[in-house]
Amino acid sequence: MANDFVLELPTDVRSIEHAVDYVMRCCERGDCTSPRVSLNLRVGLTEALSNAMLYGNGHDPSKRVRVEVAMDEGCLQARVIDQGEGFDPDSIPDPTTPENIEKTSGRGLFLMRQMLDEVTYNDQGNQVTLVLRLGQGSALEGGAKA
Amino acid sequence: MGFEVSQSGDVTLVEVEGQLIVGNRQELKQRVLEQLEGGDRKFVIDFSNTGYIDSSGLGVLVSLSKKIREKGGELRLSSLNDDLRTLFELTKLDTLFRIADTKEESLEGF
Repeated sequence: MANDFVLELPTDVRSIEHAVDYVMRCCERGDCTSPRVSLNLRVGLTEALSNAMLYGNGHDPSKRVRVEVAMDEGCLQARVIDQGEGFDPDSIPDPTTPENIEKTSGRGLFLMRQMLDEVTYNDQGNQVTLVLRLGQGSALEGGAKA
Repeated sequence: MGFEVSQSGDVTLVEVEGQLIVGNRQELKQRVLEQLEGGDRKFVIDFSNTGYIDSSGLGVLVSLSKKIREKGGELRLSSLNDDLRTLFELTKLDTLFRIADTKEESLEGF
């Protein structure tokens, strides 16, 4: 696809904001200009990159994070791949329950799942694929999935 | 991107400029904890000029709220835009914080 591109990032959380801004600008150039894209995709990509650097690569500056973005008609897909050992996404508890609401971490994956239409991990757990559909009834409606 | 700290009576007002994310959350935490150690107990964090808060930023707000409460104080929030309010509602953190529409409203009666 003409609008596909790849980013290779260092494990440096300061690079996240710049990378996400770059992807958002590419979306604008690709006519993906809905205000909901700017929130839902920003949330998903920021959290995926943060998880990849902090937990996947464990802050290791010698490791890198790869981002593959594809913009198709009516669909945005971003794949984030770290060089860590992976994790079990089902092991992350619901951060909104009374026993977890005051925990200081564990909201990233929850937000990704709330804001995007699809969030899937590979078997190893070091690669997450985010899908945001731009059509009616997608996660764009109202900022989050119904 | 930065944090503006000022006093309004006995309330410490922290205004977040830009974003509150994994890259700068520790700076906010350190600034507020310094004020807490210095004896301040009433805090308002205002987001009038904040575009985005990620999950790390939300986590820091939860952490600060707990630490301030442990010292007998309170942390209030103000001026969340529609996107930020969505994030607080999704994570149910709107039930954990007292959130005002404006910083003036937050400061009133504190």
